[in-house]
Amino acid sequence: MVDLATAANVVAAATTGVHGSTGSIAYGLAAIGPGVGIGLIFGHAIEAMARQPEASGRITQYMWIGFSLAEALALIGIIVPFIFGK
Amino acid sequence: MIGSVSAVAAGSSGCHIFSGCGFPSPSLESFDFKPIFSIGSFHFTKPILLVLIGMVAVIAFFWSAFAKPQLVPRGMQNLGELGLLAVRDQILRPSLGQKGDRFLPYLTSLFFFIYFCNLMEIIPFLQFPPMSRSGFPWALVATVYLTYLYLGFKQQGAWGYIRNMIPSDVPAFVLVILIPIELLRYFVIQPFTLGVRLFANMFAGHLLLLIFTLATWYLASFSIGLLFAATSAIMVLAVFLLELLVQLLQAFIFTTLAATYIADSLEGSH
Repeated sequence: MVDLATAANVVAAATTGVHGSTGSIAYGLAAIGPGVGIGLIFGHAIEAMARQPEASGRITQYMWIGFSLAEALALIGIIVPFIFGK
Repeated sequence: MIGSVSAVAAGSSGCHIFSGCGFPSPSLESFDFKPIFSIGSFHFTKPILLVLIGMVAVIAFFWSAFAKPQLVPRGMQNLGELGLLAVRDQILRPSLGQKGDRFLPYLTSLFFFIYFCNLMEIIPFLQFPPMSRSGFPWALVATVYLTYLYLGFKQQGAWGYIRNMIPSDVPAFVLVILIPIELLRYFVIQPFTLGVRLFANMFAGHLLLLIFTLATWYLASFSIGLLFAATSAIMVLAVFLLELLVQLLQAFIFTTLAATYIADSLEGSH
């Protein structure tokens, strides 16, 4: 049975705000877009290679280029907290 | 590999889980090194030493391959030709075509220097990617930036270069937003993302390796922690394999984009 003191502590903690690293929240938000983008890139590349297997080499090359461009945004997200954080 | 990093990092102090100390998590301080020696206010640190080792390695590799080239290659020349032709056929020819062959020395040096420096992240006793100190990628980006700006202004003239940045067959109301975006892209965003991509990939990769290696050491106590330490060791292996891919990919991408930017300057992209 939860006694009155711990219940009061929980309420007090909830009303004084959320503490911790906002950098982790920042990266979590920053990873949404590139996650979708990288999934699209590889999905379309696989579909293109299934339609025309003889173009696989060229498709693979463009796939890696597109992947690194999309991934760059997620990685900028992980280093920004280090730049702007305390 | 795990032993040398953990012993140095945790200070061999026996700081394990359930012994009262918190996890010694890696942070920005993990990327700062005490100088090996100092001349006035110039500090010679480990990243500078690693970059010099990378430079000597690239020069030594290509010197031993092509010092006395034979028509039928023997020994080191085989490897050198493999590397050179890989850069020429996979990186240079798709963007620049055959008439861009004069950029082959520059692009080959760029690719192999970045790749050797990236490999230092996983070589024992070196174990630090110098490209995760942001000054080194910015220096490489400066060479690419000055190269493609100089070539663009020389080839197309000052006004022609700026005019060719903007596509010609768009309606006027789109031009209002397109002109600032295209100018920003060529002069600011392209070099910035080129440098940050390499820097952030190496930074994040080294940080991941540090976290899992330190966690393996921290969790290794004679309790249930041993199971978690084993899982962490498996994660180290997984991140190690990922880093093998990322190192080669980042060197390839940097060089490919450098070739693409040079090609845009030479021919006018629109």
